[in-house]
Amino acid sequence: MALRSVLVRAAEDFRRRCVAQSLTRTFRSPFTTAVVLDDLKYAESHEWVKLEGDYAVVGITHHAQGELGDVVFVDLPEVGRQVSKGESFGVVESVKAASDVYSPISGEIVAVNSELAESPALVNKGPFDEGWIMKVKLKDREEIQSLLDAEKYKQHVEESAH
Amino acid sequence: MKLLRLQGFPILQQLYLEERLLRATTHNWCLINQGTNPPAIIVGISGKPEKLLDVKAVLQDNIPVIRRFSGGGTVIVDTDTVFVTLICRRDAVTLPDLYPRPIMEWTEHLYLPAFQTVPSFHLLEHDYVLGDRKFGGNAQSIIKDRFLHHTSFLWDYQDFRMAYLKLPQRTPTYRLARSHSDFICRLKDYMPSREAFTDYIVKAFEQQFRLQEISLDEVEKTQPSSVPHITSTQVFTTADLQQSIMPLIVKG
Repeated sequence: MALRSVLVRAAEDFRRRCVAQSLTRTFRSPFTTAVVLDDLKYAESHEWVKLEGDYAVVGITHHAQGELGDVVFVDLPEVGRQVSKGESFGVVESVKAASDVYSPISGEIVAVNSELAESPALVNKGPFDEGWIMKVKLKDREEIQSLLDAEKYKQHVEESAH
Repeated sequence: MKLLRLQGFPILQQLYLEERLLRATTHNWCLINQGTNPPAIIVGISGKPEKLLDVKAVLQDNIPVIRRFSGGGTVIVDTDTVFVTLICRRDAVTLPDLYPRPIMEWTEHLYLPAFQTVPSFHLLEHDYVLGDRKFGGNAQSIIKDRFLHHTSFLWDYQDFRMAYLKLPQRTPTYRLARSHSDFICRLKDYMPSREAFTDYIVKAFEQQFRLQEISLDEVEKTQPSSVPHITSTQVFTTADLQQSIMPLIVKG
């Protein structure tokens, strides 16, 4: 009976790991080792969007942080500001370069990741989670439809590497 | 590519102009400015004076401190600096995407013919060096489908001015804890004259671009400053600088 319990627990752990991994696909090609998450949407300018009801969390992708290099500063936008799809909402500085980042959606900025003020390297360490940059109250949910899904974003990264 | 040659143009005005040409125009540009007066200290977009400068000495000697819109470190510039700026559309360069390292490497190849007479010019980490000594500091600003790469070349420099700059927290690996005077070198020790240097640069750029000279008047007429655009360049006031060292004075 004890052995059966151990086997059942092991099977359950294995099942839970498989479920977790199905949400995350590591894509490796001859041209890129970008990590792409299935449950996000993407802009061609390498920002990601995670929908949370009427809100969207925005950051830059694993590919973008890898190409930028060590992030040393993030110029965060102001809470309360209105952003439009395609508009620059901030700057990410990496060693010698200041690179604009562009909002994939329109709406009101309701939160920014203030942790980035002291720890900009969170953008490199966890671009899809602890490196998030801003949260926006959506103005037009339809805009999400024009963003790329994980598969199309993966193809976009592959094509731009040529 | 439009070529704008300037002589002693104030660096603050140059930075305002560059930001405008990057954000509010669609052309490719090359700016060459021979020196600036008065001397000024320029920090990068995230630069904090209290961390980068001997602020008390800067205030005492009334040196202007400017925060530029591009990334990178701190420079002190004067009449001995030669400024060269490239502003390009994505389609002007053979790069798959606009990111800092590929742009930096592209500029190394662009500049190479200008340094044919000088031994061992190359890009080392993020700096233009002769051997292992830096003679040009680079910085970039990248927006959608356009980028700016500007360099301040050390034609000559005054040691006493370098004393305003603290050793930065982030230094290139190749610096190896060397003092400023052992880490940098003067371009005038390797080139016949400033005019020859800028001629070499123009000839090098002509290998990749068709250059059309334009005057500052024509730029002002055809690319007016009234076109709205993001402006990040700012001057630190005396109050800003005093405020920056206030916590340090209180602690002391």
